[in-house]
Amino acid sequence: MAHLNAAHNFAYWLARDPRNAEDIVQEACLRAYKFIDSFDGENGRAWLLAIVRNTFYTWLEKTRADRSSIEFDEHALAAHGYDMKILEYDESYSIDRSLQQEESRRWVDRALSQLPDDFREVIVLRELEELSYKDISTIAGIPVGTVMSRLSRARKLLLQHLKATQEL
Amino acid sequence: MDCMETRTLLGSYLDRELDRKSVIAVGRHLDGCGECKRMFDLHSSITSAIRKRATYHPASASLANRIRAQIAQAAIRPENSRPPRVTRPLWNRWLQLGSAVAAAVIITSIATTQLASNSGNQMIAEQIINGHSRAILTSHQIDVASSDQHTVKPWLSSKLDFSPTVADLTTAGFPLRGGRLDYVDNRPVAVLVYGHRQHVIDLFIWPDDGVTDRSRTRSFSKRGLNVLHWSAAGMTHWAVSDLNSADLETFAERYASSK
Repeated sequence: MAHLNAAHNFAYWLARDPRNAEDIVQEACLRAYKFIDSFDGENGRAWLLAIVRNTFYTWLEKTRADRSSIEFDEHALAAHGYDMKILEYDESYSIDRSLQQEESRRWVDRALSQLPDDFREVIVLRELEELSYKDISTIAGIPVGTVMSRLSRARKLLLQHLKATQEL
Repeated sequence: MDCMETRTLLGSYLDRELDRKSVIAVGRHLDGCGECKRMFDLHSSITSAIRKRATYHPASASLANRIRAQIAQAAIRPENSRPPRVTRPLWNRWLQLGSAVAAAVIITSIATTQLASNSGNQMIAEQIINGHSRAILTSHQIDVASSDQHTVKPWLSSKLDFSPTVADLTTAGFPLRGGRLDYVDNRPVAVLVYGHRQHVIDLFIWPDDGVTDRSRTRSFSKRGLNVLHWSAAGMTHWAVSDLNSADLETFAERYASSK
């Protein structure tokens, strides 16, 4: 069930809600079945994920008039620049392994779920599905150069977020 | 390569998306520039944090089941909202089944055994259609010409290691014309030849290998010929004709209920 898992994971990270994720995947699979003729036989996973993404945005337009998520303050980020704290956080990880592991999982999940949609989707496709820039470009319908710049900005935002959370 | 260029390419370097020449150039710069190296480490730390610690959400078993059921449903009733069209051609239904299998494979990859048996069926369907076409083209349709089931059955039984049921369907509008031998799926098989108005129906019969999917009737269509496949009483049956699919189905029903 490799592709179904990928479809669900992607839908989950797009919708950030388990029930909606399942609805989206179910709808996407029905679409996949209907439009199977449009599948070129090349990369089934990328093809299915593109359908999941389309289904998500259709669903989003229908259900939410206001799709603004918690946006990062990118200007603040630019002012702060990078911080080494993220590495210290990695070192402290070894002190109490199980506790830290659970805690860091929560941090990472929260940081990821608070990324703006455009950035979250490329990060999920890249880090969790380990897809190539080319596949991500196909799925998200953006040029490879945009994939590159969005990934870069997404990583900077995540760094910033993890640093900020840690300081709380 | 300077710092600005390096930082632009840092992500692609990390993701192994750069060409060889750029990889070497970035690597060389990182070796000599502490500030850029620190940035690179930050980038890779966030990447590994996400990879190691972000929660992956696989599909639940119940979702997988719902989707399989949904696709199977869509294959049977392509337009849920509309009443079923009476004259939906058989090939259309076969295409629906085919795409359901393809979609299920892409989505859940559960249907591999089903696909294998379907492609096996397709291969046999191909042979059935070829056998029928060959017989029509060479006018060698009938080895034993008789409308009498008690003549056809012994003749076939004497040539084969099994004895097919030869049904008299004259009253149903499908008079028996005779029988012949053919060769399908690497074995000699019985062919009963029935008529219906101007049409000819070949009914291929041989013993089940026990592996064949006997759950339901399957239909195929190719080159203007309709094919029906079913299993019953330890026998595999394949009916092929240029008859329309509804009449061919009637034939199959009458034959199956004659025993």
